[in-house]
Amino acid sequence: MMTDYNPFTLTGKVILVTGASSGIGRGIAIACSKMGATIILNGRDRKKLEATLEQLEDGEHQILPADLTNPSAVKEMVMAMPQLDGIVHCAGIGNRTLCRQLSEETVSNVMDINFKGPVMLQQMLLEQKKINKGASIVFMASMASVSPSIGHAAYSASKGAIISYANCLSLELAPRKIRVNCISPAMVWTDLVLQDGVDEEQLKEDEQNYPLKRYGTPEDIAHLAIYLLSDASSWMTGSNIKISGGAN
Amino acid sequence: MELEEFVSHFAEQFEDTDKSEIMPDTKFHDLEEWGSLVAMGIIAFVKTKCGKTITGKEIRSCETVEDVYHLVAGK
Repeated sequence: MMTDYNPFTLTGKVILVTGASSGIGRGIAIACSKMGATIILNGRDRKKLEATLEQLEDGEHQILPADLTNPSAVKEMVMAMPQLDGIVHCAGIGNRTLCRQLSEETVSNVMDINFKGPVMLQQMLLEQKKINKGASIVFMASMASVSPSIGHAAYSASKGAIISYANCLSLELAPRKIRVNCISPAMVWTDLVLQDGVDEEQLKEDEQNYPLKRYGTPEDIAHLAIYLLSDASSWMTGSNIKISGGAN
Repeated sequence: MELEEFVSHFAEQFEDTDKSEIMPDTKFHDLEEWGSLVAMGIIAFVKTKCGKTITGKEIRSCETVEDVYHLVAGK
């Protein structure tokens, strides 16, 4: 009897993963398919999504490309969407700009992609009644929301904003037993961390400062996402989970 | 971008260091105000004004302001 015990199974669940073309989103899509879920892959670049699709376990997975900052594209995508049991909002961008150098364009871009995009996608999914009772919604936030570093103001603020939003959403969806939680990772090895003048060698030095002596991998984050998407976390909502290799 | 203009932008990244202290042959690592904050400002202006990407490690490998100029010019 014990051999069948698996509270983390995602078998029979349909899960939308945004930002599935790379990094953490791709890692989550792959891991969830291994746990038995049917994945709806969203991202802007169809070719990259096809590359993710190739790495998924066999199943009825679908690709629905759309730029989440484009309202009409979002609506079209949501209309084509099956009923969902899980949503992982992973689409996002990094940014390192000093406060005195922030342009209107940079602030809008970071907030549009990291905050407004997921909020308006979520709005449309709710309006179109695409989310099943008992579903689980996960937002990819960041330790940056509470752990300041220079040049990270716009990015940190966008992640803080999504956490506050998710807290309110969790209350509104609780009557239908739909759960809403955030994951706040510290540094994870993806393309996102290697930009704006940061080089790999610098980061490799920095990861030695982590108590567990390494940055995270997309798989590390995916395993937490599996927990939040599965019925094992049925009593969890409105939480923001830090996953950081011990870093603060 | 000419060297003179580059040096001027370089100098703008400092708050408390007088512009006259920043010359092509200035060993900027020795300046009291030099640090990661100023380095990030340099990386940003190189990106926005020159359209090129340099890393913190590359800046560390440069000795003078002119070295940074040549680093950027060679990109």
